[in-house]
Amino acid sequence: MSALKSANQIKAKFGDLVAEPTEFRGEITLKIADAEKIFDVCAFAKSIGFDYLVDITSIDNYGSDPRWTVAYHLRAIGNGIEIRLKTNVSEEKSELPSVLPVWRTANWHEREIYDMMGIRFSGHPDLRRILMWEGYPYFPLRKDFPLAGKPSDLPGVAFTQISPMEGGPFVTVAGGNDSIAREPRVRIPETDSVEFNARIEARADNKEARGRAFGPGPIEKK
Amino acid sequence: MQTQTEIGYNSKIEGDVVLTTVDAALAWFRKNSVWPMPMGLACCAIELMAVGASRFDISRFGSEVMRFSPRQADCMIVAGTVTYKSAGFLKRIYDQMPEPKWVIAMGACASTGGMYRSYAVLQGVDKIVPVDVYIGGCPPRPEAVLDALMKIQEKIGKQPILRGTVAAKLLHLEEK
Amino acid sequence: MATVQDVEIRDSAARTAAAAEELQDVQGEKMVLNMGPSHPATHGVLRIVLELDGEVITKADPDVGYLHRGDEKIAENMTYTQFIPYTDRLDYLAPLANNVAYALAVEKLLGIHDKLPPRCQYVRVMCAELARISAHLLGLGAFAMDTGAVTVFLLTFTEREKIYNLAEAASGARLTTSYTRIGGLMRDVPPTWCDQVRQFLKEFAVALNEAETLLTRNRIWVDRLRDLGVVSKAMAIDYGLSGPNLRASGVDWDLRKNQPYLCYKDLDFDVALGSVGDCYDRYLVRMEEMKQSMRILEQCCNKIPGGAENKSHEPVSVQDGKITLPSKQKVLSSMEELIHQFMLVTEGVNCPPGETYFGHENPKGELGFYINSKGGGTPNRLKIRAPSFINLSILGELLPGCMISDVPVVLGSLDFVMGESDR
Repeated sequence: MSALKSANQIKAKFGDLVAEPTEFRGEITLKIADAEKIFDVCAFAKSIGFDYLVDITSIDNYGSDPRWTVAYHLRAIGNGIEIRLKTNVSEEKSELPSVLPVWRTANWHEREIYDMMGIRFSGHPDLRRILMWEGYPYFPLRKDFPLAGKPSDLPGVAFTQISPMEGGPFVTVAGGNDSIAREPRVRIPETDSVEFNARIEARADNKEARGRAFGPGPIEKK
Repeated sequence: MQTQTEIGYNSKIEGDVVLTTVDAALAWFRKNSVWPMPMGLACCAIELMAVGASRFDISRFGSEVMRFSPRQADCMIVAGTVTYKSAGFLKRIYDQMPEPKWVIAMGACASTGGMYRSYAVLQGVDKIVPVDVYIGGCPPRPEAVLDALMKIQEKIGKQPILRGTVAAKLLHLEEK
Repeated sequence: MATVQDVEIRDSAARTAAAAEELQDVQGEKMVLNMGPSHPATHGVLRIVLELDGEVITKADPDVGYLHRGDEKIAENMTYTQFIPYTDRLDYLAPLANNVAYALAVEKLLGIHDKLPPRCQYVRVMCAELARISAHLLGLGAFAMDTGAVTVFLLTFTEREKIYNLAEAASGARLTTSYTRIGGLMRDVPPTWCDQVRQFLKEFAVALNEAETLLTRNRIWVDRLRDLGVVSKAMAIDYGLSGPNLRASGVDWDLRKNQPYLCYKDLDFDVALGSVGDCYDRYLVRMEEMKQSMRILEQCCNKIPGGAENKSHEPVSVQDGKITLPSKQKVLSSMEELIHQFMLVTEGVNCPPGETYFGHENPKGELGFYINSKGGGTPNRLKIRAPSFINLSILGELLPGCMISDVPVVLGSLDFVMGESDR
């Protein structure tokens, strides 16, 4: 597979910085250990043919450290190979270098990630909010921000209020072990993921946790 | 006191003469030429454009002049989701429309926020502007929009026009 | 009594010098014009802050987000099936295509996107191509109307009404169809649908010809569009353009050919490529794409497994109780189906933990869904890679140098939709 060949090329160049390529559903993913080096890896990737940046995504791993994961989806237009680079950023730092000099399309992607998640990109010429308005105080896509929103007021610019959720949203929390754990229930964003992740660890009080009428059940370790 | 909407007209007796009240005549002129200001924000705007196109022809109601300038429009049709970011300019445009003005909230998103119960969506445009007719649907069929227009026309037909105007005072039209 | 003042009549040289001096003072100022969110030619709520030097634009800064509804956050609080109506409203000019794109993305996560029943694949292709024609028609109509050719708008809308009839026959709704489900379709198409499609294609060929006669060789149209908003090949790839915008710049990349999905491998069609990358090229590419879509539809009508009436009862959904809802008779009489129905409705389709990205060739470009799942029926993160959002980012580089009356032309040729851009 050519994608695997390119992935191995990147691994060969950067050594320990890049983990072994993993495959899922035909897609190759490379994990980059240090977020600061992402610019160098991307520049190298462009030089070996990945001239098209499809997407940059930010993921909130609320409850586990490092909190942010940023995924870059690259494509080589000439032969159609696609590859994914993933890197983790801790919450205290919340910053990584911008890849704008490599692909100009990263401009708006990074602005959107800053707007929605609050991850800053150093070296970005114009890092301001793009979907929400300047001066909006929150980062909406974070897991501890409720779907209904929080009230805010910027006189002359915009205001926000809480949407009527009637106690909801009532939705399953993914990954629970038994169906009682997976039943749709009220999601409490702040404690949702923390409890979820806490149960992954092998803890003595896990036995009490199983079967309780709230929160997801423990997950079997692979 | 509601003004008469009936226009007495029987050609065999009166010929080409119509006897009616000034209010009824003015209301008739007004309601058959409602110029909409299409605040087309999202998907409902596409159905609004379909209303303006040939199959559902809003022109037979006199409303095909979709005036994008608020100063020249009568009725603002809010078609689509109103976000908190859009609320500011929407209110400003509504304020710029001259009296008399009406608002149609088209679709679920404009009426109540629709299926978007989230941090960024205003839960109903009636939180910032007074709405006369709500149309349900996501998006409402063009026939529903025409039905709403007909309801606005009914409302205009019943609206007292001359009362409270300067001309009415001068002609002593008000009861003492 | 008014005083009479002496009028000094200077000779031509002195007048020219005085005029040049005046011009120097004026040239120092640039005007900032706000092409606001409520504007007939901005195709939705897009705000562009233009800096003008007379009629020429020196800086353009697009301001999006006026239709940001929080789709990605909503997706984290919904099961995969519950999110399907939200995908309709992304690119609301081609909702069937969005439905197909999303269903394929979740099916890729499940690992079944290449194992769908053949009839389902053909119907999905037909829906996607009808959506493509519909979206290009509206893009063309609105584009022409903005430049002044109002007849084309009414023409294209009449044809779109016929597509709406087809969509309504298949799914029940004109615009927001929500037709696909994870693993298949909501229901099979009615028996007369393929004949209706053939009838539509016959009438559409005539209308498309008429639109072409009105526009393609029209002196005013060509003058307004030629050599405007030129996007070079390198610029197009660097800015991440996709769809007709990318192909008009000469880049041969069409997801239906380069990363085939559904049954596109078995269908015979060409990819339209431009050479210059100006607005005229983008217009021509879209016209040609509509013709190719007609070809695809014709082939699908002839080759659909089970025939138009599906006499052999080919399934349109994957026959797996853990993915597709079982039939109501079975649910009310058998325990296993009852449990499947319960699990699917309350918890959603149980997807394995992992992440996938699936890009679909939408009329506006490449609509991609990146799904990061921790297992279970709701996604951990659903990112919508919106082609319109990325196509808009090029405005900052494309508009400076144009005149202000070229702005509707460039916007129309890029053909974006704000519902998709802002999600």
